[in-house]
Amino acid sequence: MTCDEAAVLVHALIDGELDASHIRDVEAHTASCARCGAELAAARELQKALRGGDLRHAAPASLRSRIDRAVPAQTGPSRRALLKGFGLGSLVTAAAAAGVGFVIIGGNRDGLILNEAVSAHLRSLQADHLTDVVSTDQHTVKPWFNGRIDLAPPVIDLTAQGFTLIGGRLDFIDGKPVAAIVYRRRVHVINLFVMQGMGAVLPQPKLQVVQGFNILRWTELGLNLMAVSDLAQDELEEFQSKFETAAKAARTS
Amino acid sequence: MRHAQVALHGDDGDDKARRFRVAALPYLDDVYTLARYLLRNPADAEDAAQECYLRAFRHFETFRGGPIKPWLLAILRNVCRAEYARRGAAALHAVSLDDAEDRVDGLWSAAAASPEEHTLGRFDGETVRRLIAGLPDQFRETLVLREINDLSYREIADVTGTPVGTVMSRLARARAMLRDAWIAEEKR
Repeated sequence: MTCDEAAVLVHALIDGELDASHIRDVEAHTASCARCGAELAAARELQKALRGGDLRHAAPASLRSRIDRAVPAQTGPSRRALLKGFGLGSLVTAAAAAGVGFVIIGGNRDGLILNEAVSAHLRSLQADHLTDVVSTDQHTVKPWFNGRIDLAPPVIDLTAQGFTLIGGRLDFIDGKPVAAIVYRRRVHVINLFVMQGMGAVLPQPKLQVVQGFNILRWTELGLNLMAVSDLAQDELEEFQSKFETAAKAARTS
Repeated sequence: MRHAQVALHGDDGDDKARRFRVAALPYLDDVYTLARYLLRNPADAEDAAQECYLRAFRHFETFRGGPIKPWLLAILRNVCRAEYARRGAAALHAVSLDDAEDRVDGLWSAAAASPEEHTLGRFDGETVRRLIAGLPDQFRETLVLREINDLSYREIADVTGTPVGTVMSRLARARAMLRDAWIAEEKR
């Protein structure tokens, strides 16, 4: 890898846009080249500084109500129609992305699962689809999955750690039922998908970005876990580490 | 056009409106945020966001599924370009864009030395927003879409109608420029 390539690819690295082999290449280069190593450190530092800041603008209430008035009022729910359209689009996007430059997101199968997870996350944000069982009590949410799915998902209340458990639901990824455990931090929803034998076994948590959503995957007790959210990467990593710590404590108690 | 009451009833009516509300309204802050950064003026940003939603609703049939945020932001970007044109700055704008890319190319290769050892200090949101506002248009746009609207490279490429490679090089330059501006601000 040349320094010119690395100067651009360090950005793709910190943005989570590279697949495993490119990550290795960029990391190897930046480890052996002081200049590119400094590039990487500088880019990381800037990204961190930006994410700490309050850079979004909230739309004024008057604007929201003007737009609201301009679109006719809601009449009655028909969720079926709403769900059409999701899913297919992301597959098309993934296919397009696969043909472009060095932006490669995992293998085909893996990419499909990631895309379906994002679609499931998006669907869950639609009206009345977020949770099938609404409870902030882990002892209500966990038994709810009994008989609905052939695995016992770890359901852990992380409210004290800043991630509020709001419920669970049954979802489908790659045609198979998966348990979705739903958390909230501020306005951000985290869908934690728990599945069996889907995707690679990951000794270390792996962060990926698909369609702008952060996805953190890891393996625990032979189960594949996948946290999907629009939460910032460092906060999603915080969620993962708190979840893992609490899960370990729950097993040994 | 401001405060205009536009009736959107009719056609296939309520179902379309309901689907549109549920899908599109949650992204109003994203749309308004991008408008603020592109137009650098709150009143124009409000107008642009409203126009974006009216257009998006009119053309909702053409939305092919997938994430709706990039689709909305692409519409907003077109609205903002129309606003540039209305300001009579279109020609000027196009020239300044090309200039900026060339000029920065020069700077970029001249400044190919490693970034100076420097730990960035913290600024309040208003200062950082001002530093971002100082970036040339196409770099500001790319940086905001990535860091604030949180789009993937592929989505940014779709929104801005540029190849992914260009998105990547613009982002690299945008970050280098912002870092320089950040350090200059600290020394003020």
